[in-house]
Amino acid sequence: MQFFGGTEISPSPPAPTASGNNAHMLYIFNRNGVALLYREWNRPLKTLSPQQDHKLMFGLLFSLKSLTAKMDPTSADKGNLGVPQLPGQGCSFHSFRTNTYKLSFMESPSGIKLILVTHPKTGDLRDSLKYIYNLYVEYVVKNPLYSPGTPISCELFNKTVDQYVRGLG
Amino acid sequence: MAPAAPKSGDAIFASVDRVNAELFTLTYGAIVRQLLTDLEEVEEVNKQLDQMGYNMGVRLVDEFLAKSNVTRCVDFRETTEVIAKVGFKMFLGVTASVTNWDSEGTTCSLILEDNPLVDFVELPDNCQGLHYCNILSGVVRGALEMVSMKTEVAWLRDMLRGDDVFELQVKLLKQVPEEYPYKDDE
Repeated sequence: MQFFGGTEISPSPPAPTASGNNAHMLYIFNRNGVALLYREWNRPLKTLSPQQDHKLMFGLLFSLKSLTAKMDPTSADKGNLGVPQLPGQGCSFHSFRTNTYKLSFMESPSGIKLILVTHPKTGDLRDSLKYIYNLYVEYVVKNPLYSPGTPISCELFNKTVDQYVRGLG
Repeated sequence: MAPAAPKSGDAIFASVDRVNAELFTLTYGAIVRQLLTDLEEVEEVNKQLDQMGYNMGVRLVDEFLAKSNVTRCVDFRETTEVIAKVGFKMFLGVTASVTNWDSEGTTCSLILEDNPLVDFVELPDNCQGLHYCNILSGVVRGALEMVSMKTEVAWLRDMLRGDDVFELQVKLLKQVPEEYPYKDDE
């Protein structure tokens, strides 16, 4: 298994500023809606079973992506809402904020979706999500014991992600 | 803060871990030899190499996307350019060129003049049907499938059979848009 040290991951992680956990949850989905990873650090209110929660989250983002693409005032595409998007078309949204939390989203062209829910004052987390995507590549994709499309059960990956998220300002 | 701009192939190649080129070539050669001994039929070996490449491509695409920072390609032309210039450079250390576009823009050829897999290799007479580099066609097919493009990839010219370059034909069959995976009543 490839080890982490020595490989230059881009971008380099932001220096840890605050202590304590700022993030609430992290989800990683693949293109078929399978929840590859769900990490929870601070979630006082739970209303749904984990399966329902994952489905809700995936469905929410799928619809949001579609909606934001259709409402794009700069695009010339006049397709109907609900028509599946070809990859490459449409703009991509990256976060939404409420008065109690901020949800940051990143989707790779291969369909891996990363969702990080943090407190509302968090800044732009796009680089952090990219860094977590790099971690996913190093620890999960390159792991010969991992079959693509199944939930991740690599302890080292979980620990590294926990450590990284803890350092996010 | 704006996302970082895509890196060029050379920059990424310099930053990833590399192995000795001879080790790579000889290891690949050993794999092909072992497959020939195990499977005996040249066609079976071709298929197995393609399948191995496919499994590799499915994982390799995430590493490529993470390290190279490319945004979504708008069309197939841009995709093949990125594969030839950034992808091949990053993983094999050589760039390919893209030519022979057909009129609809769905088929093209990737030309490789220099291929690290075939250094020191000569095909013996009883293996003339072997596509020695078939793993590459599997990798391209697997990687493109993970970005929603179903393709057919085949070798047109092969230096081990006497041609002057390696020519890999990539044909786009269809783009598969993302479908909502859950049934509505669940």
